[in-house]
Amino acid sequence: MVTVIINGKKYQAEEGRKLLQVALDNGIEIPHLCYHENLSSYGGCRLCLVELAGRKKSSLVTSCTLPVSEGLEVKTDTPQVKKARRLVMEMILPQAPDSLRIRVLARELGVSAVSFPSEGDGCIRCGLCVRACEELVGAGAISFASRGSARTVEPPFAEEPESCIGCGTCVVICPTDCIKMEERDDERKIIRWKRTLKMKSCVRCGRPFLPLAMVDVITRRSTSPPPGERLELCPDCR
Amino acid sequence: METREIDKIIARYNADPQEIMAMFMEIQDKEGYLPKSALSYLADKLHLRLAQLYRLATFYEAFNLKPQGDHQIHVCMGTACHVRGAPQVLDKLQQTLGITAGEVSSDGSFGLKTVNCLGACALGPVVVIDGEYCGHSSPLKMEKILKKYKKHT
Amino acid sequence: MPVERGDSPFVGKLKSAADLEKLKLTILSERDPGKPCITVCMGTGCHAYENEKVFAALEKEIESRGLSKKVELRGTGCHGFCEQGPIVVVFPEEIFYCRVKPEDAAEILSSTISENKVIERLLFKDPLTGRKFTHESEIPFYRYQKRVVFGRNKSIDPKNIDDYIAEGGYQTLAKALVSLTPEEVIREIKRANLRGRGGGGFPAGEKWETTRRAPGEKKYVIVNADEGDPGAYMDRSLLEGNPHLVLEGLILGAYAIRADEGFVYVRQEYPLAVENITLAVKKAEEYGLLGENILGTDFCFKVKIRRGAGAFVSGESSALMSSLEGKVGEPRPKHINTAISGLWGKPSNLNNVETWANVPLIIDRGWEWYSGIGTENNTGTKIFSLVGKVNNTGLIEVPLGTSLRTIIYQIGGGIPGGKKFKAVQTGGPSGGCIPEKFLDMPVDFDSLGELGSMMGSGGMIVMDENSCMVDVARYFMSFLKSESCGKCTSCREGTGLMYDILDRITAGRGSKEDLERLEELAWTTGNTSMCALGKTAANPVLSTLKYFRQEYLAHILDKKCPAGVCKALIRYTIDPEKCTACGRCIRLCPQQAIRGEKDKPAVIDSDRCVRCGICREACRFEAVLVE
Repeated sequence: MVTVIINGKKYQAEEGRKLLQVALDNGIEIPHLCYHENLSSYGGCRLCLVELAGRKKSSLVTSCTLPVSEGLEVKTDTPQVKKARRLVMEMILPQAPDSLRIRVLARELGVSAVSFPSEGDGCIRCGLCVRACEELVGAGAISFASRGSARTVEPPFAEEPESCIGCGTCVVICPTDCIKMEERDDERKIIRWKRTLKMKSCVRCGRPFLPLAMVDVITRRSTSPPPGERLELCPDCR
Repeated sequence: METREIDKIIARYNADPQEIMAMFMEIQDKEGYLPKSALSYLADKLHLRLAQLYRLATFYEAFNLKPQGDHQIHVCMGTACHVRGAPQVLDKLQQTLGITAGEVSSDGSFGLKTVNCLGACALGPVVVIDGEYCGHSSPLKMEKILKKYKKHT
Repeated sequence: MPVERGDSPFVGKLKSAADLEKLKLTILSERDPGKPCITVCMGTGCHAYENEKVFAALEKEIESRGLSKKVELRGTGCHGFCEQGPIVVVFPEEIFYCRVKPEDAAEILSSTISENKVIERLLFKDPLTGRKFTHESEIPFYRYQKRVVFGRNKSIDPKNIDDYIAEGGYQTLAKALVSLTPEEVIREIKRANLRGRGGGGFPAGEKWETTRRAPGEKKYVIVNADEGDPGAYMDRSLLEGNPHLVLEGLILGAYAIRADEGFVYVRQEYPLAVENITLAVKKAEEYGLLGENILGTDFCFKVKIRRGAGAFVSGESSALMSSLEGKVGEPRPKHINTAISGLWGKPSNLNNVETWANVPLIIDRGWEWYSGIGTENNTGTKIFSLVGKVNNTGLIEVPLGTSLRTIIYQIGGGIPGGKKFKAVQTGGPSGGCIPEKFLDMPVDFDSLGELGSMMGSGGMIVMDENSCMVDVARYFMSFLKSESCGKCTSCREGTGLMYDILDRITAGRGSKEDLERLEELAWTTGNTSMCALGKTAANPVLSTLKYFRQEYLAHILDKKCPAGVCKALIRYTIDPEKCTACGRCIRLCPQQAIRGEKDKPAVIDSDRCVRCGICREACRFEAVLVE
C-alpha cells in the first residue's frame, strides 16, 4: 500500500492501481468516458485529466492511465483542470450531439451548446467497444481503423464481421448509445456493424433468446460443469 | 494471390508476427495492394485477428486495400515542396486525371497519392511516377509527362 | 538483393584490432593516392537528375579509352548540394562539376583526365556574383560549413565497406573494445554533452546511462531512421551515403549499454537507405564487426533492419517500439521511460541516425575536441536541410550556434530572384516560423525554443514574400490532422477544428473571432494531449499568429492574400504592356479562360479561371500578374 495525496488529503491505495480508480473508490468524482474498471485503461477521451505536481511546473495528465506510487500528489478540481475539461468537452459534444449522457455531462462541465459544426454520428472513438470485444468477449471482431481525424471504429473492411457472436457487450458499454441492437423474429442485428445472427429458441416456450454463435462459444469454452440446460431454456423458463 | 505464395512469404519471416509489416510489404509488392483474402489467410496462419491486421493496414500510409492503377503517381506534400507550389501540381494532376488523391482513374491506368515528404526537398516540388523522381515539377511539366505515359500505355 | 561494388582483398572474419589495422594497410597499399578518381554522387537528389546515366556514360568512356586500370570511378554518398546535381568530383585535384549530363562524360575524360584541363561550363557559378569556382571547398555553400559528420560522404562508396575501413572506419570501435570500459564510453559521450539530434535535444549520455543501469540482462539499442519531419532529409543522406558510420556508432552504443541486439527502423519511402544499410549490416557481419565475439572479444551484438510503413507519429520513441513489436505505431503513456521499459518491456535506448553518427567521432577524437565545436550547452555540429525559397538548397552542416543569417545568406546564397525574405520554418510540424528580426539568433536547441519554434530534426524551410503564412499554418494543420494517431480527443479533434478555421480564413470566410477560437483550440491541444505530436501541434499556428498576425487580418478584414497564394482571394490578370500577344497562354490554358486577338494583349476571364498557374509558368514575358 502507498499513500497518495488527492486535493491535499491523504489516501491509502494499492501501488500501481490507476489514480482514477483510487479516486472513485474514495468517492472523489472525476468525469470519464473511455475508462471501465474491467478493461485496460486507454487515455483517449482526455476528460479525466488531473493536475500533477511536477519538479518544475505542474502538468495535466489522464488519471485513468496514471499508476499510483508513494507520495503521488494530484489535484482534481483546479481552475486549470476545469478549463481543460470544459474545452475537451467542447470537442466531444459535436461528435455525439444526440447522446443524452454526453449532453448532461457537457452541461455539468460548463458546455451548454454545440460550438463547432457537428458532423458526429455518435461515436466519440473512446474504444470501449473495441476493448470489451477483445478483452471481455474474446472475439476481437472490431477495431480502430485509419488514423487522425479519419479514425473510426469498424469491423474489418467495414463488412459484416464473421467473428462477431452478437453478444451485445459493445451495445451495453457504449457511452453514447451509438451502437444499436435489434431483434426481430429469430434474428438479432447489431446495426452499426451490419451483423445479423440467427437465434436459438427456447425448447420450452419457443422464444428466440440467444444468438447461435454465442451458444457455440459458450459450449466450447465451458469445461466443467457442462452448460447443459442453461443453453436450452430462455432465462424466463430456467 | 495464391496461398502458396503467401506461405513462402510467411516462411521467409519464420511465421514471426513481429514481421507482419514486412510480410504486408512483400504481398503489396506483388499485388499492388493487400487483398482481403490474403489478409484473412495471414490472420489464420499467424493466429492473429483479422481486425488486428485490418487496423495495421489502415494505420500505415504505405498500404493499399484496393487495387492500384497501372502507373503510380506520388505527389510529395512536404513543406519545401508546398512552398514551391506542390498544391498547384496536385491540382493539375487531379484535374487532368479526373480523380482526387487516393483514387484510381476510371480506366485503371493511373493511381494518384499524396505523400508527406519524400526527403528529396532540394528538388521540390517532387512527383514520383512508378519510382522515377521528377524534380522541379510544375503544372505544365505534369501535362507533358502524363501525355508521355498515356502514349506508353 | 543489394548490389555490391568493389572487390575486397579480404574474406573472412577479423579476429582482433590488429587484423583490422592489417586490412586497412592492405587496402591502402593497393590504392594509389595519385591515381585519378572520378566520383559521382549517388544520393537520391542526384538520382532524380539521372546520375545513373552519368555514371554509366563515364564507365563506358573509361572502358573505351582503355583507362580502366588508370582511372577509378566511384559512386559516393550525397554531397549535400542537391540543387546542383548530378555532382561529379574529380580527385585528387577535387575539381567540382555540377549539373553534369551523360554527354559530358567524354569531355571529362579527354580534357580533365587526359589533359588536366578544367571544363569551364561545368563549374559552379555563384548566382549572386557570377563567379566560378573550381574546387568544392572554395564554393560559398561549402566554405562556411564544418562537415565533421557529413564530410566523408563525398569520398566513400557506401556500398563498399573497404572504402570506410580505408579511411580509418571501425578503428574507433576496435580502440574502444580494447582500451575503454563501457562506463568510459558513456563518460566520454556525457562529457562531450552530445544532445539527441532527432528533436528534443535530450542528452544522449544520460539516456544511455539510464538504460545501462536499468535492471535486466536483455537490452536493446535502436536507430530511429523514420525521418518524418517534412522538409528534413539529413538522416536519409547519412544512411544512404555513409551507413557504416551510423552502424559503428550503434555498435559503440551497444557496447556501452551492454545491449546484444539492435534495430534500425527505416522508412520504406527511402528505398536506397534501406538497401545501403542492409548491405552494410551484411558486410559488417562478414567482417566480424557484428555478430558473435566482435573483433575477437567477448562482445556480441546483432542488428536487424525493419521498415516503417509511413506514419509520422511512429517516429515517437514509444510508438516506434510498438511498431517494432508488430503492432500499430501509436504512442503509449510514458509513466515509465522507454530507456527502462521499452521494446517488449526491456530497457531500450533509441537515438536518431545523426546522433549515432556523431558517436564514433567523439570516441575517436575525444570530448575536448568535440565540445570545442559549437557553444557551451550546444556542442558539436548539426546537419540542416536548407530548402524552400533559397538559392543554394541542400544539406549543410554547421557548428551549433551559427546564426540563421549565416546559414541563409552566406551558405544559402540568399533568396532567389531578389525577393524579400519572410520567414524560416524550423522544427517540422512541431516547430514554428521565425521572422526576419530574429535572423541573427544563434541556431541551437535552446534559442529556437525561446522563439516558439524548435530544432526538430533540422529542417529549415525558407519562405519569401510569395509565401503566405496563413497558408503555411493551414498546411501544417492539414499534415497533423492526418498524421495524428487519432487517439486523444484533443489532438484528433483539435487539429481538425484548427484546420477548418484556417481553411475558412484562407477561403476569405474568416472572422476576427476565429483568431480567439484558434488560440483557445491551440491551448487545449497543447495542454491536454498525451504525446509530443499533440503537445506541439499548435506551434505552427501560434508562431504565425504571434509574428504574422497582420497577414491573418488581411485575409479576414480586407479579404486579401498579400502573398498572392490563397486561391479564393487572388485573381490572375495580364499586363497589357508586357503581353506580346504570342498566344502561348491561350493555347495552354486548360480552361479556355484566356481570349485574345491577333496583335492584341490577351485577357483572362476571371470566372472561368481556376488559378492553376499554367499561364504564369508558360509566359515568357512575365506578363501574367497575380493580385
